[in-house]
Amino acid sequence: MRLYEKPAHVLHDMLVNKEITSVELTEDVLSRIDEVEGEVKAYLTVTRDEALEQARAVDEKIARGEEISFLEGIPGAIKDNICTKGVKTTCASKILEHFVPPYDATVMKKLKAENPVILGKLNMDEFAMGGSTENSAYHPTCNPWNTECVPGGSSGGSAASVAAGTAIWSLGSDTGGSIRQPASFCGVVGLKPTYGRVSRYGLVAYGSSLDQIGPVTRDVTDCAHLLNIIAGHDEMDSTSSEAAVPDFTRALVEDVKGLKIGLPKEYFVKGMDPEVEKAIRAAIEKYKEMGAEIVDISLPHTDYAISAYYLIAPAEAATNLQRYDGVSYGERVEGEDLVSMMTNTRTEKFGEEVKRRIVIGNYALSAGYYDAYYLKAMKVRTLVAEDYAKAFEQVDVILAPVAPTTAFKIGEMAGDPLQMYLQDACTVPLNLAGLPGISLPCGFSSKGMPIGMQIIGKALDEETIIRAAYTYEQSQDYHTKMAKLGGNN
Amino acid sequence: MKYEAVIGLEIHCELKTKTKIFCGCATSFGADQNTHVCPVCLGMPGVLPTVNQRVVEFGIKAGLATNCEINKYSKFDRKNYYYPDLPKNWQTSQYDLPIAEHGWVDIDVEGEKKRIRLTRIHMEEDAGKLVHSGTNIKDSASSNVDYNRTGVPLLEIVSEPDMSSAEEARAYMEKIKAIMEYIDVSNCRMEEGNLRADINVSLRPVGSKELGTRTEMKNINSFKNLEDAINYEIERQTEVLEDGGHIVQETRTFDPAQGITLSMRSKENAHDYRYMPEPDLPPIITSEETIEKYRSELPELPDARRARLESEFGLSDYDAGIITSSRAMAEYFDAVVATGADAKLAANWMMGDLLKNLNDEGLDISKSPVEAQRLGEMIQLIMKDTISGKIAKKVFKEMWTNTDSPEKIVKDKGLVQITDTKAIEGIVDVVIAKNQKAVDDYKGGNKKAIGALVGQVMKASKGKANPQMVNQLLAQKLDG
Repeated sequence: MRLYEKPAHVLHDMLVNKEITSVELTEDVLSRIDEVEGEVKAYLTVTRDEALEQARAVDEKIARGEEISFLEGIPGAIKDNICTKGVKTTCASKILEHFVPPYDATVMKKLKAENPVILGKLNMDEFAMGGSTENSAYHPTCNPWNTECVPGGSSGGSAASVAAGTAIWSLGSDTGGSIRQPASFCGVVGLKPTYGRVSRYGLVAYGSSLDQIGPVTRDVTDCAHLLNIIAGHDEMDSTSSEAAVPDFTRALVEDVKGLKIGLPKEYFVKGMDPEVEKAIRAAIEKYKEMGAEIVDISLPHTDYAISAYYLIAPAEAATNLQRYDGVSYGERVEGEDLVSMMTNTRTEKFGEEVKRRIVIGNYALSAGYYDAYYLKAMKVRTLVAEDYAKAFEQVDVILAPVAPTTAFKIGEMAGDPLQMYLQDACTVPLNLAGLPGISLPCGFSSKGMPIGMQIIGKALDEETIIRAAYTYEQSQDYHTKMAKLGGNN
Repeated sequence: MKYEAVIGLEIHCELKTKTKIFCGCATSFGADQNTHVCPVCLGMPGVLPTVNQRVVEFGIKAGLATNCEINKYSKFDRKNYYYPDLPKNWQTSQYDLPIAEHGWVDIDVEGEKKRIRLTRIHMEEDAGKLVHSGTNIKDSASSNVDYNRTGVPLLEIVSEPDMSSAEEARAYMEKIKAIMEYIDVSNCRMEEGNLRADINVSLRPVGSKELGTRTEMKNINSFKNLEDAINYEIERQTEVLEDGGHIVQETRTFDPAQGITLSMRSKENAHDYRYMPEPDLPPIITSEETIEKYRSELPELPDARRARLESEFGLSDYDAGIITSSRAMAEYFDAVVATGADAKLAANWMMGDLLKNLNDEGLDISKSPVEAQRLGEMIQLIMKDTISGKIAKKVFKEMWTNTDSPEKIVKDKGLVQITDTKAIEGIVDVVIAKNQKAVDDYKGGNKKAIGALVGQVMKASKGKANPQMVNQLLAQKLDG
């Protein structure tokens, strides 16, 4: 078994026990990148030299007998919409092709304080808009389990790298399911924390009121550790929560006895892949066996969540993306005058999906349509949040599918954006409500594609979903499976 | 047909916070280009704003000082509009829930009081500055942007269209300036653009309630330009209407050199700002306690101070109005009176020689070469009869360029009033002897003839004789 196949907590112990060095580990992951990156294409930038340098520094520290933190010396990678000082942050867009931020996102500052090895920046849907990572302006990423399939999106690079062993851990961002859905498609663990739990400072904004950074990991244990590192109030983000941050690793206990798990009937939608439903139902049975109480619940406004999301997120995106005009940063396409320069820049440098959402967003915000679209969507958002609040009077967590299907083929939905948007039906509602949700593997399809399930929690109650996820994870071995790639497995 | 003007002002008031509205960069004026910038005020991808609480405090204080209601639930909005010097390409401002609404201030034009209503006061960020390579944007090969001003906090104070003349508009803006100075939220230096107004002017037939088509003039930053622009615009619109034409709704610019307004851009295709609640900033919740705390911190405001000067010192309404028209004037007055100087004399000297000299040299009272302390000392010399009012004018003139105390100046220049009875008597005797005709006239019943004799005595004493004593001695001698 190669080192890249192990989760961070195992590797951490091996480093502490001097069974391995960080350089050995980093070289192993880098060689894995050499072996399979050509097939997976999870990365936009690999910072090989810097990674090895960081690894060497950690090894020296260990040699000096100093203690190391959990993530110290363990290679991971960052979604390319999180600003990294001195390293290109492109958002997988041509408009930020050469953008090198002069500052670090708050999560990067927090990570760097832990001395991990940063391998580079990960592919994504342009500006995090999409559910397949096919919308990257550079190249699509492939699902490690079947490279003809998408890895999901928009954090496709984050999920694919962890699934392929080209990163031990990664960070993604989730606006409407962008961590959970690719985690599900790639058979890894992805957590969208409560809105405000993790600072958004330095996350290139898509839908500001929905965006949240979260970890993508091999298992629930790593996920809890990573959340410990990145969570907390940030003075640079006034929407970040001031609530105390618990030690999430204390929630890594095998115990769901008496835990009330809600099953929302609206999430088991028509058109759901029977294999997906079967896997989720099996997980529910497992929970029952382990002592949880299953409660049927209803979240009646679920049907409207997608419509509300596809007005609110584009509206925010339309204004967030106004700054890319060819003047201040990013790329410029010359024109005869100021207006044509800006028009040319935006026409040539933004991709189709981004342009589509800018148009939708500006339309929804324009005078005369604001009340009919944006304002109404905001009202739906309140109703969706109220649905959850009511449900959580009865249950501790809610269990649901992540996506109605397993990973689809690359190009399969490219011509049908509306069909693609429906992929988010089970993930979007909790972004609207700002709630935390975790996606973890719960089976494989007959074609060998991973199936994920989602556990949704109350606001700021990541502990309970981590406990529920961990208990289930320990009862099976889906999370230990690795995708077969490059002929090495 | 007779027309009347309908005028409304949007005043932008730059706040005197040390740091910008959404980041920690300095707001100070005159720094090298792009030295007061950070990722936040440059609108770099990924940045988020955080609200400077001082701005909220100043907004609330400005609202309280102008009789506004303070919104306990207020929020920021994005105003999507392309500014070449605002890097995010939206302005973080306030829309439907500004910090303060529904206020008023009273103005006074030629003794007539009028109440001007305030629609709202909202907080927003300023934009940067374009620096053209040529003299203007059209003849420039390139233009650069200085982002130092980007994010400097502003209050936008919007009035109802309650004014009907340039004088009223000026009085209103002067009142707003005075209030903002008093509550210490802005330096109000108009020449630095701390205070600038967008003016809306329309005309309607006298007696009509309907509003006519308006034009807007942007960024007026002096009282003179404000009056000139309004007067020109009223005249221009009157001519258009009298010729049977229609006013075009547009933005016009005022050219101070020519004293005229010029069309800048048509407002026919109204801007669609696509306002949206700013998702990166939580709403501003203000408690009753906070509002009351800020209210208790407000100083005495111009109107109250004016009333007090009238009742406490017996100053005329007019004098009190001028003295309280700026915080610096009022404080100068207080400082003069604090030396023990008589309040009415203090007011007279300020309104007279001091203001005249300041105006002549274009100086602000805070830069007056005659400081309050010295003016107070000089007034006390008058009160002690050391100098006469007439001599005081010479002393004051000397004080303008001479930093010595008035006492020293009086001594050095030999300007001490002659109050020695013997000395004056000697001069009086000589004058009586030399002016037999006036003496005869007086004795013949023409009491006014004494004036000529007084004048002669003053002249002979080089103005130094105490005028009361001169009068007294002359009367004694002539009547006796």
